[in-house]
Amino acid sequence: MAATSIKNLKEFSTSNDRFEGAHTLCPGCAHSMIVRELMNCTDDNLVIATNTGCLEVSTAVYPFTSWDTSWIHIGFENAATAASGAEAMYKARKRKGSLKDNDASVKFVAFGGDGSTYDIGFQWLSGAVERGHDFTYICLDNENYANTGGQRSSATPIGATTTTAQAGSHSYGKKEKKKDMIAIMAAHGAPYVAQLAPNKWKSMAKGFQKALETEGPCFINTVSACCTEWKFDPKDTIGITDLATDSLIFPIYEIIDGHELNILYRPKNVIKVEDYLAAQGRYKHLFKPEYKHVIEQIQKDVDKQWEMLQRREEARI
Amino acid sequence: MAEKYDLQEREVWDGNFAASQALRQAQVDVVAAYPITPSTPIVENYGSYVANGYIDGEFVMVESEHGAMSGCVGASAAGGRVATATSSQGFALMTEVLYQASGMRLPIVLTVVNRALASPLNVRGDHSDMYLGRDSGWIQLDCFNAQEAYDMTLCAFKIGENHDVRLPVMVHQDGFITSHTAQNVYPLKDEVAYGFVGDFKPVDDMLDFSRPVTYGAQTEEDWHFEHKARQHKALMDSRSIIDDVFAQFKEISGREYKRVETYMMEDAEVAIVALGTTVETCIVAARELRKEEGIKAGIVAPRCFRPFPFDKIRDALGNVKAIACLDRSSPGGAMGALFNEVSAAIYTTNARPLVTNFIYGLGGRDFSIAEAKRIFKEQKAHADAGKITTDIQQFSGLRGPHLGFFQTKRS
Repeated sequence: MAATSIKNLKEFSTSNDRFEGAHTLCPGCAHSMIVRELMNCTDDNLVIATNTGCLEVSTAVYPFTSWDTSWIHIGFENAATAASGAEAMYKARKRKGSLKDNDASVKFVAFGGDGSTYDIGFQWLSGAVERGHDFTYICLDNENYANTGGQRSSATPIGATTTTAQAGSHSYGKKEKKKDMIAIMAAHGAPYVAQLAPNKWKSMAKGFQKALETEGPCFINTVSACCTEWKFDPKDTIGITDLATDSLIFPIYEIIDGHELNILYRPKNVIKVEDYLAAQGRYKHLFKPEYKHVIEQIQKDVDKQWEMLQRREEARI
Repeated sequence: MAEKYDLQEREVWDGNFAASQALRQAQVDVVAAYPITPSTPIVENYGSYVANGYIDGEFVMVESEHGAMSGCVGASAAGGRVATATSSQGFALMTEVLYQASGMRLPIVLTVVNRALASPLNVRGDHSDMYLGRDSGWIQLDCFNAQEAYDMTLCAFKIGENHDVRLPVMVHQDGFITSHTAQNVYPLKDEVAYGFVGDFKPVDDMLDFSRPVTYGAQTEEDWHFEHKARQHKALMDSRSIIDDVFAQFKEISGREYKRVETYMMEDAEVAIVALGTTVETCIVAARELRKEEGIKAGIVAPRCFRPFPFDKIRDALGNVKAIACLDRSSPGGAMGALFNEVSAAIYTTNARPLVTNFIYGLGGRDFSIAEAKRIFKEQKAHADAGKITTDIQQFSGLRGPHLGFFQTKRS
């Protein structure tokens, strides 16, 4: 593993530019920050598989590509399996000595949005993790199907309005709570599972490095603020992400070997979820008096989850 | 290094065993697979080779057929030899990825043990799955017995991996009738088989880091059409390479294959066009009819279903008077696919023989020699009358009242 230095942000951000700036992601989209951080945190060769979604459609439109590394997209659901297949081929060819460079160090990474991770690609991800392939799956979680215009996914939180779970005169938006993918992936016994955020760039880079260093299937859920569908000013991406991590709606933590939980970021001043919600257009309707109970419910859920994470960390089991 | 597997000059294998032995001999780098009746024994046999040291490659048992083909695509793009097996519902589930595999020009070999598609659920052999794949951009080779299932699987690697082809290849055998019937098979020695298939030579290798590659890009109306046209051209151009591979295979095995197989066609007056094991049934029927009733019956069988051998079919059928095209797949509100394609081919000849369509054998309904004879005799009646005297499309071997559609307007 050739980890790159992550002491200095300016140096780090330009250390190993294998993801071209020329792509068509929305200005202010956090996807490119996360992808660049992953690619900059290692000097190893990378084979990257990507599910259909914002990242894919914005980075490989023929005859252009943003990827200065091996990259494959098959369909909406199967990046984990594409990475599995490539990893299996690597093992076979290394054993047979048929690689172009048999000593080259390589890491296998799959990217998916929350739609392809939590919903349509769930089975493919579960299968690849159960089989124990040596790869890292990174979910770029922007809590909706942003590529197709902002429909609800099972990662969309309660109370958010989306085009298919709309707020209206009879609705406060999505009625169901977000699926807990981190717990599900930890329950697979994956050796390294984490939730990370690009505003905490050092912990994110360290988490990525840890996942790449760890042998076996690793899963990382990353918070990817979506200015287009969350409805905030593109210049505020990191600011919104700060509100997300400091309100603990997106706690930053890791789970090792399915049980050892470590909280990676403890906000000095925990802010109310209300402040996070108020900064985004997708929650605007919740501030009507009749939906006050939804905000209260979200705060209660966040408090409960934080309590659970702290107790699990303390218990060391 | 893989253990040596002892083979006799003559083995008694079923089609599944034959296919799995061909996969072993080709020294496949990655098999990503999922079990489904009746192709399950292919992956079970392969699993036993892995467990007993006969395989140096990776064997990845995935969580679905969609996953199997997805794993094959990832593996193939990573620059090695790849194969899998499936049938029926599993084939249907992997259909999305079949198109992606061919669009990315990945030479994956898929052994398909043909089986009906539900509903109603049915595990027996018909050609519904083979027909489902016909527009997927794969080369499709059709086998009539276990020996051919072995031979065509070896040929499939050599055809698909040819740098002038670079296309995935399906090798079809009939569920149960071929896959589960033990027959004499004459295998090649391991070194002869591997020598024929040859080492895999990667193109656009994802594991060659000196030259990064992007697989599965997006193209819209500006470039998509050109990509699909090139893919179609590659399929059309593969015809001569398939012929070359068959010629090379004859040199090492003595067994001769053609993109269109013909039997007793030299003087045939009537013919059946069919696929799979039905071909052998029709051969027996034609021999008997020639002896018993003097009917000059012949058989034309596309060995290569895709690319469809339009010109060879036309050549083979140019001199007959009446033809029955047998489709073992529910046509879903149309004429059978073989009927449509054969009719289109011979329509471009001056002779334009009479053509009828039989839908038969769905869900493993037995197709007997007597049934083949009846169809031949009906063609003889058409030939003698100089016109089609029955419905153009008929269901053959169906319980209950006759089912048929459309009458001729030719006088």
